[in-house]
Amino acid sequence: MQIGLFVPCFIDAFYPEVGIATLELLERFGCKVDYPFDQTCCGQPMVNAGCHPEAAATEQHFVNQFEKYDVIVAPSGSCVHQVRDNLTAIKQTDKVKHVRTNTYELVEYLHDVLKVDAFPWARFEHRVGYHDSCNTLRNLGHGQPSELHGKYFSKPRALLEKVAGLELVAPSRPDECCGFGGTFSVTEPEVSGQMGRDKIADHGRAGAEYIVSADTSCLMHQQGCAKRIGAPIRFMHIAEILNGAAA
Amino acid sequence: MSTPDPTKTINSPEATRESAPRFTKAKDGKRVDHAAAAKQFLDSPIHAKSHDERVWAMRTKRDKQAHAIEEWEELRDLASQIKTHTLTHLDEYLEQFADNAAANGVRVHWAADAADHNRIVHEIFNDHDVKKVIKSKSMLMEECGFRHYMEGVGIEIVETDLGERIQQLDNEDPSHVVVPSVHKMRSDVAKVFAETLGSDPDNDDAHYLAGRQRDATRPLILEADAGMTGANFAVAETGGFIVCTNEGNADLSANVPNLHVASIGIEKLVPRMEDMGVFIRLLSRSALGSPITQYTSHFRAPRAGGEMHIVLVDNGRSKRLGQEKFWSSLKCIRCGACMNTCPVFRRSGGLSYGATYTGPLGLILDPSFDAHRYSNLPFASTLNGSCTNVCPVKINIHEQIFEWRQVLAEDGHIPWAKKSALAAAGKVLADPKRYRAAIRTAQSALKHLPDWAVYSQLNAWGQVRDMPDVPDGGSFHDWYRKNRLHKTEAADTATHDSGDDS
Repeated sequence: MQIGLFVPCFIDAFYPEVGIATLELLERFGCKVDYPFDQTCCGQPMVNAGCHPEAAATEQHFVNQFEKYDVIVAPSGSCVHQVRDNLTAIKQTDKVKHVRTNTYELVEYLHDVLKVDAFPWARFEHRVGYHDSCNTLRNLGHGQPSELHGKYFSKPRALLEKVAGLELVAPSRPDECCGFGGTFSVTEPEVSGQMGRDKIADHGRAGAEYIVSADTSCLMHQQGCAKRIGAPIRFMHIAEILNGAAA
Repeated sequence: MSTPDPTKTINSPEATRESAPRFTKAKDGKRVDHAAAAKQFLDSPIHAKSHDERVWAMRTKRDKQAHAIEEWEELRDLASQIKTHTLTHLDEYLEQFADNAAANGVRVHWAADAADHNRIVHEIFNDHDVKKVIKSKSMLMEECGFRHYMEGVGIEIVETDLGERIQQLDNEDPSHVVVPSVHKMRSDVAKVFAETLGSDPDNDDAHYLAGRQRDATRPLILEADAGMTGANFAVAETGGFIVCTNEGNADLSANVPNLHVASIGIEKLVPRMEDMGVFIRLLSRSALGSPITQYTSHFRAPRAGGEMHIVLVDNGRSKRLGQEKFWSSLKCIRCGACMNTCPVFRRSGGLSYGATYTGPLGLILDPSFDAHRYSNLPFASTLNGSCTNVCPVKINIHEQIFEWRQVLAEDGHIPWAKKSALAAAGKVLADPKRYRAAIRTAQSALKHLPDWAVYSQLNAWGQVRDMPDVPDGGSFHDWYRKNRLHKTEAADTATHDSGDDS
């Protein structure tokens, strides 16, 4: 069983620690993980803006890079959603289908496939507000969205509850979007920024010292908003905490 | 110290000082610029915050109602199935409805588009020498530009829904399908009423303001020559229709004058009266979070000595019915739940959409009326998907927003600069060497450029938020090559790239 590690572009460039934590975490559970060195991107920036033909070459490159692996894992919900549900600009060959059906977001891989029940190396003595990214929550099924009637569950929170010392706190609007939204963040900067500031403030009022998420893009946006207004809240990807990062 | 006057209550002095947001309307032939209008809205922060909180409160109340009903998700399923069935047999149900209505003594008219609708109603009014009309709220009539048309031919229209009347008096479009003036604060309404109804400008007490409106409007209702309503549902098997309001104003509009004209979109059909058992349970719970509207009025036939007309309006609906990806938007029952849950709507206000339909519903309906004018709207969304989950008839709203982006891009409705930038990005992201060069350039720019160069007007990211820090140890790629590459098989296969990396 060979895993191909997909490290999306903004994690590669700005948050290498998230890629490293994902790799080390999977290895702690005995996974054989390879990082295809010539990987680039899943095509999401173009597809998110409606430009599918412009994404075709990137999508094909992605499939070429990852088709040899049994499973592909990425620490980014939105990229996994793109690969799984929207990688449609190229011909749907068996290889493309293989890649699309075997790509997992890290939390679902740990929770659903590896069925991890403990992170004995992890200790994080802080109040954490978990940010459900909309892609992980509603497109990948990480949990029960607050607007749907049904039994509550949350895969990422179930994992974080296994970390010693960690206390989860909840904002008043449990799964309100933070306003990143891909190209939305630059085409609608004012609304995006207002949503980001509102989200941070809601977590702050709940007592969160850290905002933690499975989507680095949401965190990059919220971190940028927090820095701009001088909010003292800190940000961390869930992979880092599960891998035993100290504050 | 004088005794406070209980009739004079300015609820929010700060709001009085902050002027209500106003929007620049897009000229004919131009694209609506939602982002710019949203900025105008957010530039009135007290109004913007109040709007977000009030509209979110409707979403919260809706959740409470929905979660109290064990079979809520089954009801949504049923409603979706009933609407799907009706829309896929629409020709039959329309004929059945029209035949039954005619048998009940109602005169039925068919309007192909907005102009047709306005002409037909105008002719009915001419036949009866109508000069003054009272009407209840109808999104279809907004869609047809009905009030403006009638003003142009000298027929006076008076809105009887309080929110819609406020908007009419302020010469502004409705901002929300259910609560048309939700973007206004009480202080704004006090100002509008003071200028138009002569109320006390210093009193913004809700009861006082509602009372002044009632005093001013009741005589107009009694004097009206004709009354107009829309319909929430039209029942094929009875030929009757149902109007839901919280103010009873549809009943006044329909019952006080002798002539009642109802404008009904052809998608409002349901087959049977018993289907109301599903839709009435869903409608107001989804809309306002109340179990039912105060008034659920059933109309079937003209009263003795009176006349009733129904105008069935297509206005692009049968064309949409033929669109594979967008036909299901016709299931919509106009509850506004998608607006209340939408974080973008709450922070930009309905008027920022510059269109009849606002919020997520607007993003998927407006471009079908004018693709170019509304081509920015499907991009005014984070695609968070909560609209789809609150929709009582299970329209896949966020997926249709995503589909519209593709359609608009393919049909040349997105700006050339944006499309070419994405085409360029596509080329870089498909090529590992150029991709690595781009990452290095971005890191180096952020490390070495001064802040004023990074946070320029050209950098939309930097307008509202800071850029991430550049990691000291380089990219993940650099780390992997340094720490891991010699341990894996990738070393043998990927070396052609490594020369560029150092």
